[in-house]
Amino acid sequence: MHDAQTQPTVYHKNSLGGSDIKVEVRDVSVSYGEKQALFNVSLDIPDKSVTAFIGPSGCGKSTFLRCMNRMNDTIDGARVSGSLKIDGAEVNDRAVDPVVLRASVGMVFQKPNPFPKSIYDNVAYGPRIHGLASGRDELDAIVEQSLRKAGLWAEVSDRLQDPGTGLSGGQQQRLVIARAIAVNPEVILMDEPCSALDPIATAKIEDLIDELRENYCIIIVTHSMQQAARVSQMTAFFHMGSLIEVGPTEEIFTNPLESRTQDYITGRFG
Amino acid sequence: MALSKHAHIVTAYGEELDKLADELARMGGLVEMQLVAAVDAVVRRDASVVPDVRKREAQVNAMQVDIERRVIRLFALRQPLATDLRMTISALRIASDLERVGDLAKNIAYRSKDLNTFAPLAVLDRVERLGEIVAKQLHEVLDALSSFDVEPAIRVWRNDDEVDEHYNSLIREMLLSMADNPALVGPGAHILFVAKNLERVGDHATNVAEAIHYMVTAEALDPSDQPPR
Ligand SMILES: Nc1ncnc2c1ncn2[C@@H]1O[C@H](COP(=O)(O)OP(=O)(O)O)[C@@H](O)[C@H]1O
Ligand SMILES: [Mg+2]
Repeated sequence: MHDAQTQPTVYHKNSLGGSDIKVEVRDVSVSYGEKQALFNVSLDIPDKSVTAFIGPSGCGKSTFLRCMNRMNDTIDGARVSGSLKIDGAEVNDRAVDPVVLRASVGMVFQKPNPFPKSIYDNVAYGPRIHGLASGRDELDAIVEQSLRKAGLWAEVSDRLQDPGTGLSGGQQQRLVIARAIAVNPEVILMDEPCSALDPIATAKIEDLIDELRENYCIIIVTHSMQQAARVSQMTAFFHMGSLIEVGPTEEIFTNPLESRTQDYITGRFG
Repeated sequence: MALSKHAHIVTAYGEELDKLADELARMGGLVEMQLVAAVDAVVRRDASVVPDVRKREAQVNAMQVDIERRVIRLFALRQPLATDLRMTISALRIASDLERVGDLAKNIAYRSKDLNTFAPLAVLDRVERLGEIVAKQLHEVLDALSSFDVEPAIRVWRNDDEVDEHYNSLIREMLLSMADNPALVGPGAHILFVAKNLERVGDHATNVAEAIHYMVTAEALDPSDQPPR
């Protein structure tokens, strides 16, 4: 067994059991068939705040993100154990409808994935399915509001019927964020949302994340230390399927307590 | 020596950090030489070292500029984090303190020329003692710097008391003699100046100790433990 799987997580002061917790994770493990990908992760994720997940490729960041909205359900042979509560409600409860859950836990991926539909319909899709709007006017309002919140309205308001796939990469990513926002999510998951974007488009997304933080619990996976440092308040470091260390971002980047965290963020061989 | 026992994946980055530490150590060595030469010039009444001191002063200044340039470059191009961040920012602080020590040492050495035009004073023994204590403080803090060792840094920081005690009693004695014998006012003023500069060197040594403490532990030294100044 790797020692990463036997050593307990290092929690910085006040990073476990604080107030205003949105997501409470206890002893979550995930296996794909015979292969265990995540080992007993326990973590509190604060509301109205950005939490960054960092760690080398394959350490389980995406696997862990997928636990939040039960996306692992869709993977054959994936087994999830442990407890994951959002606002105190167990996500893995049989009574929870994954479709409803995925509206309240929105997800943004590395590669922008707008539907092959108009800009308008991309945003209106969710509210329509979930019956959030009664009538065209209300739907229009939701679409406009969501595009505004995603910082895209000014750029697309005069061409809402154009295909979403015709936008630039950065605009597409903001469209996907607008689509997620349109269904009133509680939590927004972002899996390397900027890795396909240029620095300016990245800066716009980061600015947007900073604004969205006032209203949502945001979790972002990123391979850029600088991005984690810029956008997040909390940082969690994963290594070989274990949560190694978690704490305030400033502390993680100035004074990590674990040598593996230190080696990773400074770019050293562990 | 380094704060981390592991090597950087990007070799050139690791080398830049190592080079920064080396430059800082070299600058420390040079400044220490300056201080010892300056105290010697006053105590041995020998101003012949002044040209050497002047030459090294230019070197010290150039090294500070070089270290600053390296730090700016590291921030701009490497964005150092964690121990690397603390090391880089501390290098900047320490280089600035060392540069000040170099200045003070140079000033002391220059004073020796004027002092030597007067008859030797009995208080020179005390100047020598203060010079020894301050030089020891500087030496130990530079040792702590090259070993990344926090214990000797804390010792230096606490020991600033001793510097102040010697400084105060030297000043008192000098002022009393000057009151007794107005002929001593001329050389006495130089001695007061030399003593004040030595005391300031001691303060810079404690600043360096604080920077080392932060670099190694990520924490400031507890100000409640601060020796009175
Ligand atoms: N669908 C899957 N089927 C089997 N193994 C998977 C699957 N997804 C991820 N894994 C494995 O789980 C581990 C964690 O992967 P992942 O969560 O994608 O890591 P990260 O997002 O940190 O790069 C890896 O070893 C990966 O190969
Ligand atoms: Mg991933």
